[in-house]
Amino acid sequence: MKQQVLVLYLNTSALDADVLAWAYYDGTGKTNPTTGDSDLPPYDTGTEALRDGWRLFQASQLIPPYPGHEYDTSFLKHEFWFEKLE
Amino acid sequence: MTTTKHLLTSVEVARFVANGFHRMDAIVPSDLNAEAIGIMEAGLGPVPYGTPVDEAYEPGSFTRRLLEIPAVAGALRSLVGDDPTVDHHAIHIREPHEGAAQPLHADAIIDTRVDAFDVQLMYYPQEVTGTMGGTLSVPGSHLRRTNESDTGRYQNLRGQTRLTCPAGTVVLLHHGIWHGGRRNDSDIRRYMYKIRFNPTVPQVRTWDVSDLDDPQVSAELNVYHPWSEHATSRLEVYNRIKMWRALTNNPSFDIDYWATRVANRPGRV
Repeated sequence: MKQQVLVLYLNTSALDADVLAWAYYDGTGKTNPTTGDSDLPPYDTGTEALRDGWRLFQASQLIPPYPGHEYDTSFLKHEFWFEKLE
Repeated sequence: MTTTKHLLTSVEVARFVANGFHRMDAIVPSDLNAEAIGIMEAGLGPVPYGTPVDEAYEPGSFTRRLLEIPAVAGALRSLVGDDPTVDHHAIHIREPHEGAAQPLHADAIIDTRVDAFDVQLMYYPQEVTGTMGGTLSVPGSHLRRTNESDTGRYQNLRGQTRLTCPAGTVVLLHHGIWHGGRRNDSDIRRYMYKIRFNPTVPQVRTWDVSDLDDPQVSAELNVYHPWSEHATSRLEVYNRIKMWRALTNNPSFDIDYWATRVANRPGRV
């Protein structure tokens, strides 16, 4: 049994928010995804991935900004990890 | 550097502050493009860190002629100011069918300067088509505080730029922009020449400021990028306001009251 992993970055912390960025890693070896290989996301929202059979196994925590760094921006905030087993 | 009148406008510099790049398509003449491939195949010797441009590249040399193209010289001067030094330069080649892309990254190390920035010139001497591994970049990512390839997990983002361009295209980038060489799935070697410039003067009103009060300046700074979270995009605008205040030496500049509101503390010092 091999794992396919889909990472979706959403517009808010809600799972039904719009997809802003994405990554895909294929443990089956059938595809070879890489950086900058697509301009269109595989799903429009996180819940759309659920409806297509992806199982959510991790979501970003909501962490308050560090004092003094409230206006800094850094990594994408709302990261959701999904898997399929094949 | 050659004195030039081809300075950027305030609207163009505001667009750079919002997007992190300034692109000039087919700005390099074809004879220089034809010469470039041979130069890149032969390689260029290293330039010691911090060398003034005029010392790094002799008059008449290939790089000097590239930098003396009026539009290139004007845009560079508008962004980095007079008399920049060369941080380093490098030739980047994406080999045909090399199989992998670079991870998304920002060059050097995390660099949090708000009131100064380096400019990276990327020059593409040949036409870059969709399968040739043209540079991926993420407009507006340059103010995000991340270190080098820690962003490598991100494969694709809405609104990303997968560069395709005509021969002779030059792109000037803010040092912090997320980018990477894409996988070259074609049969053609893809060439790019990169030079990083460091400022030596305050980057204040270094462009043509005659349109500084044009409402389009605020409109450019106020853009929301499709990959950026709605809430964080407001912070991006806030950070651009801070940068524009530094670049124009105008501490009261604001858009939609974002910076003024959160600094209002009557009677407090």
